Amino acid sequence: MIDKRAASAAEVVADIPDGSSIMVGGFGEAGSPVELIHALIDQGASNLTIISNNTGSGEVGLAALLKERRVTKVICSFPKTLNSTVFPELYREGFTELELVPQGTLAERIRAGGAGVPAFFTPTAVGTPLAEGKESREFHGREYVLEHGLTADYALIKGATADTHGNVLYNKTARNFAPIMATAADVTIVQAARVLEPGAIDPETIVTPGIFVDRVLEVADPVHESRLVAEGASYP
Amino acid sequence: MSQATTLGWTREQMARRLAQDIADGSYVNLGIGIPELVARFVPEGRTFIYHTENGLLGMGPSPEEGAGDPELINAGKRHVTANAGAAYFHHADSFAMIRGGHLDLSVLGAMQVSATGDLANWSTGAPDAIPAVGGAMDLVAGVKQVFVMTQHCTKTGDPKLVEACTYPLTGRGVVDRVYSDLAVLDVTPGGFRVVELGPGVDLPTLQERTGAPVLPAEVHHGGTSS
Repeated sequence: MIDKRAASAAEVVADIPDGSSIMVGGFGEAGSPVELIHALIDQGASNLTIISNNTGSGEVGLAALLKERRVTKVICSFPKTLNSTVFPELYREGFTELELVPQGTLAERIRAGGAGVPAFFTPTAVGTPLAEGKESREFHGREYVLEHGLTADYALIKGATADTHGNVLYNKTARNFAPIMATAADVTIVQAARVLEPGAIDPETIVTPGIFVDRVLEVADPVHESRLVAEGASYP
Repeated sequence: MSQATTLGWTREQMARRLAQDIADGSYVNLGIGIPELVARFVPEGRTFIYHTENGLLGMGPSPEEGAGDPELINAGKRHVTANAGAAYFHHADSFAMIRGGHLDLSVLGAMQVSATGDLANWSTGAPDAIPAVGGAMDLVAGVKQVFVMTQHCTKTGDPKLVEACTYPLTGRGVVDRVYSDLAVLDVTPGGFRVVELGPGVDLPTLQERTGAPVLPAEVHHGGTSS
């Protein structure tokens, strides 16, 4: 019998070793798996590479993981937030390395990684500093730059509804990177507000099919990152 | 009041002017900041469908204060709404819309635009700056038409329209048209060409504030333009 449900946040992140690469879903706070990130802070893994669009807000969630000095590299398109100084300080200090990737190239690298495509050519960033040193090639009279598929050891993502087979639905713009990250990680861990029995979700509506998901944790009432930041909260 | 503040268009007038050039039914991505104003000035009888790269087509206006959903935001991470007929999708699909040439128009802000249509709008290249690029490079590489909406000069009076950009590029030869407070200008093979001058602006004044040669508007006979 397939049942990917786990009993606790501690359990789903327990085996993540030091030095792991981890994709973290979310665009700003929308889709950020804050409970899973906090469980990872408690768990203690360090020297992590984080692949995520942003670097978190305030001192909770992703920003808190960074602040605990657990992250030595981020692969990211927009590591600036108005209300967080955590990443800028670590970056300027030289503790956390940044690989800056255009947002669409980041998405396509993850999609390619998950689809078994090792590299692809894209017109994005041609003629800019972000294409420097990269192989380029002309197709149909236009220049393209070679980018590599991206995979990771783990993905932490936030869904709205899941089932015990790992099928996942999302809420509005909280979907963003989650479906592609689920395909590109060896172990994909999902937190969802509801975890249902198989058959409870219409197969026509499923966004992430369960084959891409390894562990499912029900977090019935997830926190809103912006609310925590407004309260001045910090984690742990 | 200095003369500079009385010349040309306000930001709202710039947005209204730009909106007039968007065809009915266009799929449009409005960049964060000043380009967002365009959504307030949709001409009567036209419908534009707004794309936000974080996964929504059919984006509507901001909700009432306090009524926002933290999981329904735009690329500037502000609360928005979804119009009837909207669709949500993941990031690879969103950028397939962009890079695959499915969007009709991208409106972006600028630090500099060159006479050959190069755009610099993501970094000053300062050594202590935190580099952040977002989706701008994808938008300029893939969207059918790219309009820049910007003040003509920086706060310190330096021209933003230049012979060649000194800041790191977002894209090479990508800008089609510039809407500034002083003029609407096309990027043509011959350089910047005036489409329309703002109120009180004449060509010598525009040239004085532009860091590259400006060609006068083409004269059309018979009252039509192609």
